[in-house]
Formats: sequence, C-alpha cells, structure tokens
Amino acid sequence: MRPACYFVHSEAYKQYKFNDEHPFNQKRLDLTLDLMQKYELIKPNQFVEPRYATTEELELIHDPNYIEAVKKCGESEKLPIIAASYGLGTEDTPAFPGMHEATSLIVGGTLRAAELVMSGECDHAVNLAGGLHHGFRGRASGFCVYNDCSVVIAYLRKHYDAKVLYIDTDAHHGDGVQWAFYDDPHVLTVSFHETGKYLFPGTGKIFERGDGQGFGYSINVPFEPFTEDESWLDVYEQVLSEAARGFKPDVIVTQNGCDSHFLDPLTHLSCSMEIYRQIPKLAHRLAHELCDGRLIATGGGGYDIWRVVPRAWTLLWAELSDQGFSDNPAIPSEWIDRWQADSPVQLPPFMFEAEDVLPDIPRRPEITSKNKLYIEKALLHAPK
Amino acid sequence: MLVEDIMNRNLVTIKPYETIRLAMLLTAQHRIRHLPVVDDTDKLVGIVSDRDLRDAGPSRFDNESDSEQNEDIFNRKIQDLMNKNVITAHPLDFVEEAAYALYENKIGCLPVVDGDNLKGIITDTDILYTLVELMGVHTPSSHVEIQVDDLPGMLADISAVFKKANYNVNSVLTFPGKHQGKKNLMFRVQAVDTRRLVQSLQESGFDVIWPKEPEK
Ligand SMILES: [Zn+2]
Ligand SMILES: [Zn+2]
Repeated sequence: MRPACYFVHSEAYKQYKFNDEHPFNQKRLDLTLDLMQKYELIKPNQFVEPRYATTEELELIHDPNYIEAVKKCGESEKLPIIAASYGLGTEDTPAFPGMHEATSLIVGGTLRAAELVMSGECDHAVNLAGGLHHGFRGRASGFCVYNDCSVVIAYLRKHYDAKVLYIDTDAHHGDGVQWAFYDDPHVLTVSFHETGKYLFPGTGKIFERGDGQGFGYSINVPFEPFTEDESWLDVYEQVLSEAARGFKPDVIVTQNGCDSHFLDPLTHLSCSMEIYRQIPKLAHRLAHELCDGRLIATGGGGYDIWRVVPRAWTLLWAELSDQGFSDNPAIPSEWIDRWQADSPVQLPPFMFEAEDVLPDIPRRPEITSKNKLYIEKALLHAPK
Repeated sequence: MLVEDIMNRNLVTIKPYETIRLAMLLTAQHRIRHLPVVDDTDKLVGIVSDRDLRDAGPSRFDNESDSEQNEDIFNRKIQDLMNKNVITAHPLDFVEEAAYALYENKIGCLPVVDGDNLKGIITDTDILYTLVELMGVHTPSSHVEIQVDDLPGMLADISAVFKKANYNVNSVLTFPGKHQGKKNLMFRVQAVDTRRLVQSLQESGFDVIWPKEPEK
C-alpha cells in the first residue's frame, strides 16, 4: 500500500549553514529524524530525495538580479560590494559558500513535496528544511535566502491553477509570503505570530488584510508576548477554521516554525509542546475536509534545537502520518543516550511538559482578553 | 522634518465672493474638512470648515415649505462666514511646531503660507500619519528598548555599543521614562537575533527594558 505521507529529506540540507555560532542550525534535522526513528514512526519507503529548484522556478518569485547576487556571494571568497543592497552578508543572513545551491535544494524539496501531493502519489508531504518565509523578492532577510513557501505557492498557481491556503504558525510574521501574494485573491495567507510591536520583522498587524483584488486574503493574528497554550489555541482554531472553510482551498501549504515555545531563545511567547500537537491536527483535518487531503508541510524557525524542535516536528510528522499521540510518551532512552553528551541542556524526559515546569504568565487575563478580541477583528474581511 | 515635506500641495480653495452652496459642494466632492479662502491674487484671506458650513446651512429637519429661505442661505457669500484670523504655518516650520499649533489652538488644519502666497495645507490627519510612519516599521526589524539617566551623551554611548556589535538601526525614538530623571530610548534594529546586542548593552551597564523575560 502506498504511504499517505512522504518525508522529503537529504543529508545535503545541512549545507544550508551560515556559520558555527548562527542560531539557524540544521543539526535540528538530524535530531528530529533520529527521534522519529527511535519512536519507529517512519518507514524506509516514506523517504523521498529533494531535487534542485531551477532558476526559472526561483524566478517565479525572485528577481533575476537577486539570484545572480546570491550565486556570486556563494562563489567568491570576498563579499561582493552589491551584497549589502540584497540583504546578504548581514549578521542575520551572512553569505556562505555554495549558498545558491544549498537554498535551491531546499526550495526544490518543497517543490518535490508539491509534485507528490498534486500528482496524487500521497496525501501529504513534509519538507522540514523548508519554511524560509522571510525571503523577499529581491532581498534576503531573517535567516532566509530564497523563499521556498512563496516559490511553491507560485508554482501551484502556475501549474495547477490551484487556490492555495497558506498557514504560518512561526512565532515571527510570515512577511515574505504575505507580501508576495498581497494582491492575489487565489492565495489566502494566514499568519499567527508574536506581535511585531517588539519582535522581528515588525509587520503582521491585524489591519494588513491584502490589497486590491486580494483585499481580505491576508489574515494576521498578532499575539501579545507571553501568550500561553489555551489562548493561542483558542484563537488559532476559531480563526483558521472559519477562514479555511470560507476560502475553500484546493491545497494547503503550512509553515511549521516552532519558535513559539517558552524555551525558544529568540521570542517571548509562553506556549508548551501541546500547541505542536494541536497545530497540525487542525490543518490535517481541514485538508481532508476541504481539499482531498492535499497538504504540503514545511519547517521554519525553531532555535532551541535540543529540547523543542525535535519534539515539535516529530509531533507534526506523527499527526500527518496518522500516528498522532494521545498520551504523553516518554522520550526513547536510546535517543537521549545518543545526544545528551552533545547537548548543553538536559534533554526532556517526556513528549509533553508537566504542568509545573510551565512559566508563570504575567497579566494572563489581560493577555487572554486582548487576544480574544483579535478573533473577530482578524475575520472581519476574511472570505466567507 | 519640515512642514513642506508632508504638506498637501493639491489645494482646493474658494473665493470670498463665492457661495456657501459651492463650498458645500467642494468639501463633499473632495472629501475635505477645510477650505482656504483666497482672493483673486491668490492671497489667503480666510478659511471655512465643513462644520462652519453645516452650522450656517439649514437644518436637515426643516420642511420643504421653507425652501425659499433655504435658497437664501445657500446663496450667501463665503466672506460673510469665513474665519479671517487664520493661524498658518510656514513651509520651513518643523512638523512638531505645526503639531503644537494645532494642539494649542484646538484646530484641525493649518494653511501653509510663504509671504502672501498659499503653498499648501497640513491637517491633523497628515501629522498623525507621519507619526505612524515615524514609529512604524518599513523594513524587517526588532524592538530594543533601553532606560537611561536623563543626561547628555547617553545616545552616543549606546550608539558606540551598536556599532561595535555591528547592528544596523532603522529608527530611534526617545521619550520620558516612567521614573523621574530617566529617559527611554527605543530602537528598531535590523536583526532577528538581538541577543548579542542585548548582552553587549548589559555588559556596558545599560538597563535593557526589552527584550525581557516574564516577571516572576
Ligand atoms: Zn520564527
Ligand atoms: Zn491524512
């Protein structure tokens, strides 16, 4: 029997690496895959190799001059002078050797996932190296060189004329994807993120709703800092269910950044592992309800690579491959034994946190009521 | 920032000898709240607001039998109604001076005049919009806020830390702190990861208010 869900993966994904100190660390892919394997959640016939995105495919979104600059930056020892004007060579997104090839492979992985899903070879496909949602048309930003989410959506528009629902649950606003389709009524982008009042990139305000024909087809929910599970999930479930049913997509693309966890060092939300059980559960249900199961899942942010990312993305895979956890299993001791020596922190004993390790939330009732207000406001002009 | 940088140059004006009817038509058509009144040499001689026009016009509850009287009102001249003591701004005034003039005089707009000539108009909405732009986000960036003693040179000291850590700043705002003798400095920094910057600031003895951990 064919698997319902494929895992697009390559050892070469690790070449997307800025430097040793950089918080975007692809070691998290090893940690995740190993955890999935120790739980016996993935079979050999579920692995698929990515391909390289072609320059024509990248140009569906990116400016040819920018692509040229990325190629040049990855080839030369010295940073070309033009780098700065393309957002390359910054603290966030430094140039690195072979950066064009490394990013093209990640974009190609997400395209491969789309091909599998659209051809009916499987219902869902997962590319955890993807989710580079900050990449702009002509500019690298926020650890992202090319934007695989934008490219795959443009690809789905071009080759399948599909209506695409994009769900972004990274703690940072999915700005690159939003602006790429801001005036397109065939692409509904829904982003749930920590408010840009404080956090990068600063956009994703509730009144960013799209432009022209696309008005109403961008939805933003900015959460207050220190928002916790209950409030986060309440808003997520109501906004996403209503928007998705109103829009009636042909295919769903999800960005599964897992940096909203309270342990994440770059953000200020107070969510636990529980949201990473619930996020894919609803997206999965909506995919079967609205678009014959067609769902392409990408990774994204996640900077506690030892404690948060492996568990969160294992939960994503478990859900989409119909092996979702209903209990709270122990983390396999073989996994802990293999990695604990490398880890600067104590690895977690269970999949979900015990109530008593969750942080205390300052001003919790105010945060909850402010978030609740956003349900109605976010849906004000959403497709009905 | 100067008034001439944000003033509206597409002027809709009226002459003193024209009618209230025309003025009402113009404000409705252009969706504006103020009409500068200029004479035939384009010299500013007064101003009328949509509120002045509404107050002067007939009540909408008047019944039609009064229509002759209404006609009379509509045909009255602007010079009978206009406000002749116009508070104006100069194109080279600072925006904050214009803002203060609006606030002090409880008015909604300032005609911008150079010599006798009307050059533009600036409204409370223009100033609010500029404020939104100034405080807003144009390129992806993160918020970093520092509380400092209200003494000279603090911004320079902090800038030195930014420079050393190699962080690019998009915008800076300073405002009075919650505590006496303190000031808050708010930066939008072009970076996702501000940890190294925050660490450098703290090592240099600065009180970083954001980013912060939840208070226990
Ligand atoms: Zn993120
Ligand atoms: Zn399924």
